[in-house]
Amino acid sequence: MVAAVAMIAYVAQVDADQGLSQKIFYFHVPIALTAYACFGWGAWKALLHLWKRRDGADLESYVAIHQGVIFGAMTLVTGSIWAKISWGHWWVWGSDQLVLFLVLFLFYAAYCMLRFSVEPGPRRANLSAVYVLFGVALIPVSFMAIRLANDLIHPTVFTTDGPQMSGRMFATFCVSWAAMLLLAGTLYQVELAGKRLDSRLRELRELLA
Amino acid sequence: MTAPEKYVAAAYLVVFGVVLAYVLIISLKLVRLEREVEELTELARRRQARTEPTREATPVG
Repeated sequence: MVAAVAMIAYVAQVDADQGLSQKIFYFHVPIALTAYACFGWGAWKALLHLWKRRDGADLESYVAIHQGVIFGAMTLVTGSIWAKISWGHWWVWGSDQLVLFLVLFLFYAAYCMLRFSVEPGPRRANLSAVYVLFGVALIPVSFMAIRLANDLIHPTVFTTDGPQMSGRMFATFCVSWAAMLLLAGTLYQVELAGKRLDSRLRELRELLA
Repeated sequence: MTAPEKYVAAAYLVVFGVVLAYVLIISLKLVRLEREVEELTELARRRQARTEPTREATPVG
């Protein structure tokens, strides 16, 4: 993370068109891609739960989705700040990319509420897994919306001709993305370990009671 | 500080703040779990002491 911040400050050039505000790109886009990765990982674990009935897959799915919601919230906030300086508005309802990401975020935020409204057990695990798998269809739609909509508001940086930026900018972006994935992975492991420990302690308390 | 600098700093502070808040919540949870482990250990010790048969010293030989 320190290397990413150093590269953003000293290695990546200041964008000729947007100026200094473009530096938000190096955090905003990796955070958004990490949120997609978390939702995708959560869906994979949900599939494993339904398909193989693997122990712990339900909890892993929940933790991944929870991480995705946190990263999704950060995407929306950093995106809004960038939008304010670049477009003069905190939010543009006309941009399909923004609205679809908001829908995806709200869908998974609702997942957390749905999960805690059902009693813990196999029913909750199955219901949660099915809900997560329904939401996974929104990920490619949200990701591709920027290309399908062609609204000219949200710039397309990665095209079929490759990244539309200099080598130094691309290297900085890659380091930032790797740092963000590493951060998400670490937080995922820490939260998962905490939840497992919590559940084992509850079990132990019931045995000792 | 210019306007773009303020916005860039705000965006980075949001990310830093969220990560910091997350770490704080996790650390508070770890403190709670540690306390629970201590309580359960104490409970297990008391239970063991209660169930263990009291032995009286008997002369050998």
